[in-house]
Amino acid sequence: MDHARDLAWGQAMDLAMDLEKLHREESGRILSTLIRLLGDFDLAEEMLQEAYATALQKWPVEGPPANPAAWLVSTARHKAIDRLRRNQRFENKQAEIARYSDFLAQPAAGFSAGNTEGTTEDPGNWFPDDRLRLIFTCCHPALAEEAQVALTLRTVCGITTEELAKAFLVPVATIAQRLVRAKRKIRDTEIPYQEPAPGDLPQRLDAVLLVVYLIFNEGYLASSGDALVRRELCAEAIRLGRVLCALLPQPSEAQALLALMLLHDSRCDARVKHGELVLLEEQDRTLWHGDQIREGTALIEQALRAGARSTYALQASISALHANAITAEQTDWRQIAALYGILLQRYGSPVVEVNRAVAVAMAGDLEQGLALLGLIEERDELRDFHLLPAAQADLLRRLGRLPEAASAYRRALSLATNDVEIRFLRRRLAEMEQPPLRAYLDA
Amino acid sequence: MQYLMLIYDVEANWTKMPAADQAAMYQEYGQFTQQITASGNHRAGHQLKPIATATTVRVRDGKRLVTDGPFAETKEQLGGFYLVEAKDLDEAISIAARIPSVRHGSIEIRPIVTHGETSEGKVA
Repeated sequence: MDHARDLAWGQAMDLAMDLEKLHREESGRILSTLIRLLGDFDLAEEMLQEAYATALQKWPVEGPPANPAAWLVSTARHKAIDRLRRNQRFENKQAEIARYSDFLAQPAAGFSAGNTEGTTEDPGNWFPDDRLRLIFTCCHPALAEEAQVALTLRTVCGITTEELAKAFLVPVATIAQRLVRAKRKIRDTEIPYQEPAPGDLPQRLDAVLLVVYLIFNEGYLASSGDALVRRELCAEAIRLGRVLCALLPQPSEAQALLALMLLHDSRCDARVKHGELVLLEEQDRTLWHGDQIREGTALIEQALRAGARSTYALQASISALHANAITAEQTDWRQIAALYGILLQRYGSPVVEVNRAVAVAMAGDLEQGLALLGLIEERDELRDFHLLPAAQADLLRRLGRLPEAASAYRRALSLATNDVEIRFLRRRLAEMEQPPLRAYLDA
Repeated sequence: MQYLMLIYDVEANWTKMPAADQAAMYQEYGQFTQQITASGNHRAGHQLKPIATATTVRVRDGKRLVTDGPFAETKEQLGGFYLVEAKDLDEAISIAARIPSVRHGSIEIRPIVTHGETSEGKVA
């Protein structure tokens, strides 16, 4: 009895984990196809939840289907049909009924069990179209820009409302309201679920690039929790970048963004060691992915030649200088400081200013770098940004001003939320409070 | 879906416009109206008399308050409208982008509430 129960329990746990993995990796794809089929964001989300619930009941008994994603789409679709049939009896909804008829007539593009076309059964085949369609709809200019970003991250990437609130430093309720308003506007004004007409493409691209960039960042440096690198989000962003490069008639800015993402991602194995953050300077450069560096460097050179001058192009150029330095000491900090200077001129932001100050310091003038950081601190814009005191602490450490460095590390610790970063800052703080013996011997 | 297109423009610029330019504008509006009638998008549309002719009415506590002038003073004034049928917002936007006044004024696109819907878009 107990054994059987344990076995069933174990299977249920496995299934729950499988479903969680499926949700994490495939929910955006599944949802984008469901939205196309149902024409309604909320209905698609709700039906997908119900399909998950059915999966939890059926899969342990019948075994998981060969193509779980396709099964979920098909099940959610049938639940939607049932729902619409029930509603029909109570409500006089002409538009809904018309859509319902279209919907029944429409083949579920490779998702029905008896699909004989066989062209879209493989998830790899049905991903690009629906996802891009979803991204362009979410990034429609009739939606507020902040709503575009939130909606894409929520629906395409399955990022939770809580994570979004952290990423954008606003309350959860604000993000939730943004999402509700955006979905309501899509429905009420009938924003179409399609890629833009070729003439509108360049105008609509900026928002899409920003969203892809934010997806990558969310994956590269998760806003909270223990997983510093959420690889699947980085991979999604890179894949979206590749699709954009392939699709766009003038892809130079998309190439610059893809280069930036590849060059950052090339360091993923070196920047975390035993769960601890390793700074660029201290990374084992043999762990960097040479193929991604070569591809990223070639892409940014191509993009710059084609006239790319966006913030992505400038950042990718900086990243390429880091990636192609054989040792940390050989880094061309002068050129990096100059590039940050251009970035600051064109897209001035306090965060870029912090980076420029650090580059100036690393190019040889620690005192000047520290002075620049002091000026940023006085303006108070970055009061809650832990990387400002962390940068100050690092420069103070390099200058040998250990008590001041320790107090800056404490300020950074009081602001940091990422577990890995917190552990890194604690380690540094401990070094400041009990400097290694060598520090005394050198002194 | 039906969309109301509210045409806003600086009225003073229109009244200052030389007669020949006004005539050209009227001709352009005529052609545009013909085009969207031929394409089946046109439902209604009119130019409005100047803002000086506007009268605003309110009833408060059963008492009628009639005032001279528009509901709100704005930099650009409502000067006309079209009611169009379009398959989605993208088609509506592309129609609005062809209204002659779009080049100097602004077109506000508002979806029409269809029978049985509340302003929130949900079935009542």
